[in-house]
Amino acid sequence: MNAQEIQGWVDAAQAAFDSATNLDELKSARLLHSGDKSSIAGASRNLGSLSPDEKASYGKIIGDAKSAITESLSVATKRLENERDEKMLAEEVVDITLPVRRFHRGGLHPISIIKNDIADFFVEQGYFIEEGPELESGWLNFDALNIPADHPARTMQDTFFIEPLESGMVLRTHTSPVQIRTMLTKEPPIYVICPGRTFRADELDATHSPVFHQVEGLVIDRGINMSHLKGTLDNFARYMFGPDVTTRLRPSFFPFTEPSAEVDVFFNGRWIEWGGCGMVNPRVLKTCGIDTDEFSGFAFGMGLERTLMVRHGITDMHDIVEGDLRFTRQFGVGL
Amino acid sequence: MRAPLSWIKDFVEIPSSLSVEEIGKGLVRVGFEVEEIIYQGSDIKGPLSFAEVLSIEEITEFKKPIRYVGLDCGEKQTRYVICGAINFAVGDIVLAALPGAVLPGDFAIAARETYGKTSNGMICSSRELGLSDDHAGIMVFRKDQVSITDDVREKLAFEDVIFDIAVNPDRGYALSIRGVAREIAGAFDLKFVDPVEQLRGVNFENTGKGVQPKIEDKDTASIFYLRTMSHFDSKAATPLWMRRRIEKMGMRSISLVVDITNYVMLELGQPLHAFDREKIKGNLVIKRSGKVEKFITLDGQERILDPLDLMVSDDEKALALAGTMGGLFSEITESTKEIALEAVRFNPESIAQNSRRHKLSSEASRRLERGVDPSLAEFASARFVQLLTQHSSAKHVETASTGEAKYPPVFEIDPAQISRILGFEVSNTRIINALRTIGCDVDEKKWLIDPPSWRPDLTNISDIAEEVARIIGYDSIPSILPNRPIHASLTAKQKRRRVISQFLANRGFAEVLTFPFTNQKMIDDMGFLGPRASTYALANPMSEENPLLRVHLVPGLIEVAQRNINRGAQDFAIFEMGSIFRGSQKLGPGISPETSSRPSADIISSIFASVPSQTEMVAGLLVGKKELENWQGKADPYTWKDAIATAQEILELCHLDFEIRRSDLAPWHPGRCAELVVDGTVVVHAGEVHPRILSQYNLPPRSSAFAINLGLLPDAPLVRPLRVGVMPAATQDVALIVDASVNAQDVADALKEGAGALLESISLFDRYDKIGEGKISLAFTLTFRAQDRTLTGEEVSAMREAATNLAAKRCGAVVRTA
Repeated sequence: MNAQEIQGWVDAAQAAFDSATNLDELKSARLLHSGDKSSIAGASRNLGSLSPDEKASYGKIIGDAKSAITESLSVATKRLENERDEKMLAEEVVDITLPVRRFHRGGLHPISIIKNDIADFFVEQGYFIEEGPELESGWLNFDALNIPADHPARTMQDTFFIEPLESGMVLRTHTSPVQIRTMLTKEPPIYVICPGRTFRADELDATHSPVFHQVEGLVIDRGINMSHLKGTLDNFARYMFGPDVTTRLRPSFFPFTEPSAEVDVFFNGRWIEWGGCGMVNPRVLKTCGIDTDEFSGFAFGMGLERTLMVRHGITDMHDIVEGDLRFTRQFGVGL
Repeated sequence: MRAPLSWIKDFVEIPSSLSVEEIGKGLVRVGFEVEEIIYQGSDIKGPLSFAEVLSIEEITEFKKPIRYVGLDCGEKQTRYVICGAINFAVGDIVLAALPGAVLPGDFAIAARETYGKTSNGMICSSRELGLSDDHAGIMVFRKDQVSITDDVREKLAFEDVIFDIAVNPDRGYALSIRGVAREIAGAFDLKFVDPVEQLRGVNFENTGKGVQPKIEDKDTASIFYLRTMSHFDSKAATPLWMRRRIEKMGMRSISLVVDITNYVMLELGQPLHAFDREKIKGNLVIKRSGKVEKFITLDGQERILDPLDLMVSDDEKALALAGTMGGLFSEITESTKEIALEAVRFNPESIAQNSRRHKLSSEASRRLERGVDPSLAEFASARFVQLLTQHSSAKHVETASTGEAKYPPVFEIDPAQISRILGFEVSNTRIINALRTIGCDVDEKKWLIDPPSWRPDLTNISDIAEEVARIIGYDSIPSILPNRPIHASLTAKQKRRRVISQFLANRGFAEVLTFPFTNQKMIDDMGFLGPRASTYALANPMSEENPLLRVHLVPGLIEVAQRNINRGAQDFAIFEMGSIFRGSQKLGPGISPETSSRPSADIISSIFASVPSQTEMVAGLLVGKKELENWQGKADPYTWKDAIATAQEILELCHLDFEIRRSDLAPWHPGRCAELVVDGTVVVHAGEVHPRILSQYNLPPRSSAFAINLGLLPDAPLVRPLRVGVMPAATQDVALIVDASVNAQDVADALKEGAGALLESISLFDRYDKIGEGKISLAFTLTFRAQDRTLTGEEVSAMREAATNLAAKRCGAVVRTA
């Protein structure tokens, strides 16, 4: 055994490793050149039988040789692993544009989305959301709102009546009875939004539906005046239709508000009738037992279908009411 | 309400600088929505001429009547035209459009060969000229009214601007030219000449005995004028200008007497009714019908009177349905010589009831139910006498009246309150000016407001604030956000509903919102029984198809699924969240307390209690495959398992513990229906929809559904999480043989209870049903873990033993040995 011989083993190992073309060949080469039965391993085992001087010098030579072999093994391993991986990755290329298996696309109905959106907008401003029954007492739907039995305003709203007629039960024609319920059960100040389903006996056509949704707002507090109504509507309109929209109030008539107004929004180059509003009629406040010397209030209401149609350019009500999945799925869970 | 500009100008001086569009905007500003501005006659161009009919040759060889008509148009030669109408005779004056004329709709008139003749123009109907919807033939004029040399455009006052405006129910006075003209004057601060002023103090000499008026019940009418006229000759014609004005208002000219009643109504707002006096026995009285009897109205319809109907009757019988429509018997005819003209200030409610009971809304009732100026009974009937004597041989016999006009009461206001309501400073001068503009008398010192006779709606400071704002302009109202509270949130229930909907949407369900109407057949088809089948009926449903309120959400989902399938969809999941209306509560008579003050607490709670509770539900329907099928081959179908899983996940989402039990409830498959129980209450049903229903409604087999009664879900307890165990877990598998009829959940429950508190989880990893002899094998993995130590083999074996022992005892489970 001499240094030259040992270097020969190293060179042979390196040559074998470098010429290995795959990891199996490398494994054989490793066993042959650095395994237990390899010359270097034998030399290593024989070190014990040498004199201390020889042990020291050969020990170092053998140690260096082993390191060199390990090093070239590691280089070769890395090289062959990379080759193997690259080959495998190349072989595993797929057409990632293939249609993958998907679950059905779900989604909320756009009316629910806009309803939630409006609710959140007002909740963030300190309004609670109040709800009430759809099958409602006629007194709450009409009388308490200053719509007496034979007033033209009562026939104006094509009401669905429930049998027996003497029960006075109706499908609510607006969400305003929720306002009455709120005023009868809560102390002012009141800041509430009442979204919900409402009913009028209109034939279903491109712009009308016998079943539709409204959102109403009611504020009762000290010192509330019409400028607060206008401010609130301006704020709401900007949220719904964009920061640049303007609103306009037009004198109108609702039995439950005085003064009353229609609110229009200037959107996409034209005035759109958006909803009705006004100062809560003192008669209504009195019916609910609210002190009109101390409190005043405003109320407003708009149709959700109409808001949705205007904002999203939906041209036919049928799409909103029919439940065709092709329509609803376009909205996902946000507008 | 239509309002021709030419007529408005009779009462307002409109400067030429004010454009039609500006007038329209002014009306909108003061609260009258302009639905349309009609530029009548603007699309009629070229030569038109009045013409006398000289000859008529009937051409008979065609299927319809065709006339070859010779016309004198004031030209040298007779002009011949073809005409398809037959409502004219030789000597009549007609209107001819000559070649070169263009009629509405770009209808160009030219000489043309037709029916074997040359037609050198066209005889026009008023519809062809866009003047009215009257299609009763061509326009025919009388020689004493029109000469063939007259200028057509001028004579017929074609060119006019008509505002079609919406009038709110509190502004009955604006259903008249007088009212609209006053509003325009107010909007632009122009001078208004009230036509009523010229009628004040107009009296007619009584020359004989006329019909006498009587009001039986003072609550139904306040004042009743009767003007009796004689010497009427029915050949008298309506003057052309009046006829044209009536046509511009969208009505038809009928006869001089009827036309004048309509004309005065349109001008002043007071409906009038003319009776043939010779048909009246005795005098006229306003009274309730008092009985059920047949009555034939002017339109020829036989109506059954209600005892409460308000009538105008003579000594023997009812002659008119008061304020709504006259009777056929006493109508003005060609043989009428004497006339009794009725003008009444009816109580609006009485007329509204008449109109509602007979589903009969007339021009008269529309005005009367909104409340007519009480001073008009006198003035409008005087105007009728003026016009009729002017345009016919009729003579005034007697004016008689009863009752008294009731005017809106004077009230006091605090002007400072107006600024407080409107949110900006309004000076007293502006307030006074605005109120005077609308016709109020204002006592500036005491701030007493005396509303004009036509404004019974003005009764308090809010009404006055609206009027002031309206005249000043709503644009003056500033925009300020109120100082609102800073805290609010959705309620726990509102949040929960959102979470559930959102979850379902994320799980691939599309939300639908169906109409909550149904019918008995649907209820029966679903198999609903007893209280689950009972509901409320609409008195006036949109269609007889769906007269009931829904009792469940699944039927609506089935209908929507059907619609989607018909349109080509195959695989989908849908859900709906909404109320159902089970009619467990019988509806008593409505509770309607006075509204002048707050009802007592007892009455309020009884009103709330009278409204049936309406359960909030969420339901889903799963149809077809649960994934989109494509080149990768078949996808798994939705089954009962998916319906149950979805419902379970929702309860878990709500932090509610539940047990699952076997159920059998419509509309589910009796062997494939589960119920989920929270705190002892069944809150969910889920499983496969009954196969009979699926086939009946053409849904794919195995379609499944769940329904969750949201109203029954308790509030979720505050979550108190367990410490996460970090000691190693020990797992044990057990295989048990049980009867096939044993519920897996019961076995799991027994294992769980038997294993004790250290059991962390249990899962069924195998179910084998091929053992035979009515047995199945259920294999569970039990995972044990202690918080404080590693469990020993002996401990775990003992717990497994305890678990299987209890399962053996409860469910007859036998441990399966390998």
